[in-house]
Parts: sequence; structure tokens; C-alpha cells
Amino acid sequence: MITLDNLSIAHGQKTIMQGISTTLASGQVHVIIGPNGTGKSTLLRTLFADLPLQSGRICWQDKILAPGHHRSRQLQQWRHDIAYMPQDTGLDVSLSVLEIVVLGGLETLTLHIDSSLLEQAMDCLQAAGIAELAHRDIGSLSGGQRQMVLFAQVLMRNARMMLLDEPVSALDLHHQIAMLDLVREQTRARNLVTVIVLHDLNLACQYADNLLIFSHGRLQASGAPLAVITPQLISHTYGVALDIVYDNGGLPLIQPLSRHHPLTIKNTLRKEA
Amino acid sequence: MTVPVTEHQDAIVRFRLRERRRWQWLFIFFLLTLVTFVLDVATGPSLLSPGEVVRSILNYGDRDSMTDSIVRGLRLPIALMALAVGASLGAGGAQMQTLLNNPMASPYTLGMAAAAGFGAAAMLAVGGLGLHDMIAVPLGAFVFSMVAAAFLFFLASMRRTNIESIILGGIALLFLFQSLISLIQFIASPELSQQILFWLFGSLTKTTWPTLGITTLVTIACCILLWLDSWKLAALRMGEMRAASLGVNVRRLRIKVLVIVAVMTATATSFVGVIGFIGLVAPHLARVSVGEDQRFYLPMSMLSGALMLSAASVLSKSIIPGALFPVGIVTAIVGVPFLLWLIFAPRRRAR
Repeated sequence: MITLDNLSIAHGQKTIMQGISTTLASGQVHVIIGPNGTGKSTLLRTLFADLPLQSGRICWQDKILAPGHHRSRQLQQWRHDIAYMPQDTGLDVSLSVLEIVVLGGLETLTLHIDSSLLEQAMDCLQAAGIAELAHRDIGSLSGGQRQMVLFAQVLMRNARMMLLDEPVSALDLHHQIAMLDLVREQTRARNLVTVIVLHDLNLACQYADNLLIFSHGRLQASGAPLAVITPQLISHTYGVALDIVYDNGGLPLIQPLSRHHPLTIKNTLRKEA
Repeated sequence: MTVPVTEHQDAIVRFRLRERRRWQWLFIFFLLTLVTFVLDVATGPSLLSPGEVVRSILNYGDRDSMTDSIVRGLRLPIALMALAVGASLGAGGAQMQTLLNNPMASPYTLGMAAAAGFGAAAMLAVGGLGLHDMIAVPLGAFVFSMVAAAFLFFLASMRRTNIESIILGGIALLFLFQSLISLIQFIASPELSQQILFWLFGSLTKTTWPTLGITTLVTIACCILLWLDSWKLAALRMGEMRAASLGVNVRRLRIKVLVIVAVMTATATSFVGVIGFIGLVAPHLARVSVGEDQRFYLPMSMLSGALMLSAASVLSKSIIPGALFPVGIVTAIVGVPFLLWLIFAPRRRAR
């Protein structure tokens, strides 16, 4: 379990987030949503100890991250069990997919790569459904394929906390579902704390055990999707007219209403009448 | 995720095959380097036969006693220096490129060579501070390239420095020291200016056994240190953030590699002068042939560098028989078309 205690985060002089207090339980998938520029990626980087805290503190396992903790040894310790997948997939390096995934086991790598490590890397590639790409050059892959490879590297890490910044942004529907299913399975099986930033609200509702809604640098609401998703909150957060329907499984589905959507027109007519 | 051991047998066999192919590349380059080395010893004012050179080096079989004194006394240290300096520049360039994630980085483009040049020129200009030229000039060069490196460390150690600012800082240094060199040449007497110019061209001819020994030892020690960090360096090539998330202490690695590269290139440059281009091209050649698995990339960069400088040395002696061109001029003239070919030649995917 991670405890965030009255966190404020600044980027240079500008305060980006403030007053954030919440707990993130192990074995659960925590999904961060919110409009562009509200600090979703900033929060992930803070959890990874890449940005200094302005005030407040984060507790995880027996470790504490607080303002002033930026000596590199402290940071190394904090990061030790964290697998972080940054947002950009830009990779300009002449390595094969298998080599990239093997690097996930960096801490146990020796100059001779042990066959058991290669086995493990192939397992991760297979779990991600891209075993056939193993010998391709990473530079020759599409953005989506690269995202899957980087995810396989995350699996290889054997971490206790998994931070994924928009991991499905370049993926087609099939791979989005495949990756997020795998994220959930791994989170449950290995009792990880998993924090994901997603833009797709419906995917977020489907995969979140705990949904964290951010806007204007503040945590607006958190909890199970069914409990926190209301038309008012989402509509206010994103500044969009929308409707919420519930699918057969009882999960909320968010339907944005464009200005020309029949429902918008009906609502306007009703208001005018 | 436990699976039977045999499931990925094919993939692993293929991976091992690829490793073997890289060993083969290294071996081929090793042989080529040996050949150019022998040719390097053989060419000169009196042309020797390669067979005789080999016999003399190995101290085995019949040969002229003249041959022995030419080979051992005159040409062997120079030819070996070409290998040592080439390897050091190749490895230095390779790790600068890894560190800064930029194929344009090299000790030369980041101003360390220009700083060395300035140090040497300044020493020549002030008359060596009472030291003998043979000591004063390398010392000046070494001190100033370490000054340039110290500036780069300072940039690298600031917490919020990104790669671009380090590169720009290096380019600024390059311009600064080049203007300072021009300034000294402008002020200095024509004879002195000539002397400075000759040093700036880069030349292996002043090699002695002690300078060769120092350069070789430093190069080998530095490369072993770098080689042991192969995986961290490979991770660094994936971007600093990703390297950090794989458990690399990026700041420490950055400083460590900078120090190693600085010591290595400062040593090489201080004895032979400014030799450009090898630090830029050798890593490229290595990347195209063996990829960026650093376990192979680093030795391949060393071998490519050694091969190129050795070949340039042969050329510098044989363009006009009897005349000796400074090797620094030859590397660039031959290097440019080669670099262009490497960049524009169609890339092969299989490695």
C-alpha cells in the first residue's frame, strides 16, 4: 500500500499539484484520469521519485519519500522495486526486441547472458503476445509494437510497483485489451501496486479498481468507478456535455455528446420549452 | 510463468547464433587490423616486404639486420601508437555517443580535442614553462582537455541538465578554444605558428616507447572499466528515464563515463595531437556491423578506430612516396566519403 500524505508537487517555480492525500492499495489497479495538463504524468514521475516534492510525503513499504530527499542513493533505494514505463515510445537504438526485454533484468545481467534469463525474456514476450518479434530490430517496429515490447520489459522487471503512463496510446483495440488484461492479472497475481494513466474513460472504468479523477492540480474524487462516475463530475472535469449509460454488466459507459448529437438538441429544446 | 525449458529453444539458439556472428565480425576486424598494422610497419622511405616485417616482429627466421633496426627502432612504436590511439578515440567516441544519445557526439565535436590543441599551443607559445617541449606540450594538452571535460561534468552534474545542453555546451567550448588557438597563432611568430599548426594536424611520428606505454595502459584500463558497465550503457541508450527505471543510477554513470572518456582521449590527444573523425566514424561502423549490444559495440569501436588510424597511417606514407602527410589530415579526407557511404548505404537488417 502506498500512502500519499498532503502532497504538493512543483515543476520549477510553478506548483502543479497540491493537497493530494490518498492511499493506493496493493493488488489493485489504480487508474488516473483527467484533462490534459492536470499533472497526471507528473504524479507518476513523482511516485517514481523523478520530481522533487514541495511538501507532504509518500510512504511505501518501509520507505518514505519527503521533500529534500534527492540524494541519489535515497532515490536509487526508492526506485528499486518500481517498474516505470514513460509515455514516449521513441527508441533510437540498434538493439533487437529480445535484447531490449533482457535489459529488464539489468540487475541480474552478467557479461554472459544466462540462458535462463533469455527463457524468462521470451516468456514475457509470449505473455505480451509478441514472441514472433523477438529477433526484429526495435527500430523496424511500429509505435504500437514498440509499446508492447516496452511493456514486456516492464514484466521482466519483477517489480512491486508498476507505473504505466498511457501504455495503450498507440495500440489497436485488440492489444489494448490484451495489455490491460495482463496488467490486471499481474497486479492480482503478484500483489503489485499498479498505477496507470489512461485517456479513454471507458477503458478506465473497465479496468480500474480505484479511479482517481484529477483536474486543476487537485484530486477531485477517487473510488470504484461505479461510485465516483457521475455525469456532473465528469462533465465538469472535462467541460463537455455527456451522458452516462450502464452496460449489461453494470459498468458505467461515458458517452460524450457533441453539439449536434440528437440528445443535445433534445435537451436544448426541453430547456427552451 | 513457468514453462518447460524447451519451449523457447529456437529463439535462444537464434540469439546465440547472432552472438556468434558478432564474434565473427570482431575476429574479421581483428585480422584486418593485423594486416594494416603489418603494412604500416612495412611502408616508409624504405619499403620492406610484409614477410620480413612479420619475421622481424616475431624475432623468428632470416632477415636483414637493417630490417630489425628499422622495424624495432623506428616504425614499430609508431605503428603500435596508431593502434592504441585509434582504439582510444574509437572507444571514446562510442561512449560519448552512448552517453549523450547522439551520433554527432565525440571528444572532438565536444571541444575536448580543441581544448587539448589550445593547451599545446599555449605551452609552445610560452616556451614550455621551463620544461622540455616533449613534456610541456603533452602536459598542456592534457590539462586543458581535462578543463574542458570538467566543464562538461559540471553541466552533467547539475540536476536538471538535459542532453541537449551538454552538447551545446561542448560545441560552445569547441568554438571558444578554436578561436583561442587562432588568436595564439595570430600573435605568435611565423616559426612558432608553424610549430603549432604541425601539432594541430596530429602526427604519430613523435611517438616514443614510454608515451606508447602510457597510452596503451590508459586505453586498456579505461576500456575494461567501460566494458564492465556494458549493460548499464545499453540501458542508457534507451533514454535516461528508462535507464533509471531499469535501476541505473544515471547521474553517477554519466559522470563516471565522462571521466573515463576524458582521461582516455586527453592522454591520446596529448601525445599525438588532434586527430578528428575517428571518434565519429568508428562507432558508426561498429553500430552498423554488430549493433549496440555494448559487449560487442565497445570492442568493435576500438577495433574500427585502430583499423582506421592504422590504414590512415599507411596512406599518409604512400600518397606521395617519400613524403609524409600528417595523419590527422588523412583521416578526415578519407573519413568523410566513408562516413557518407555508411550513412547512405542501404541498411541491412540481419545482424
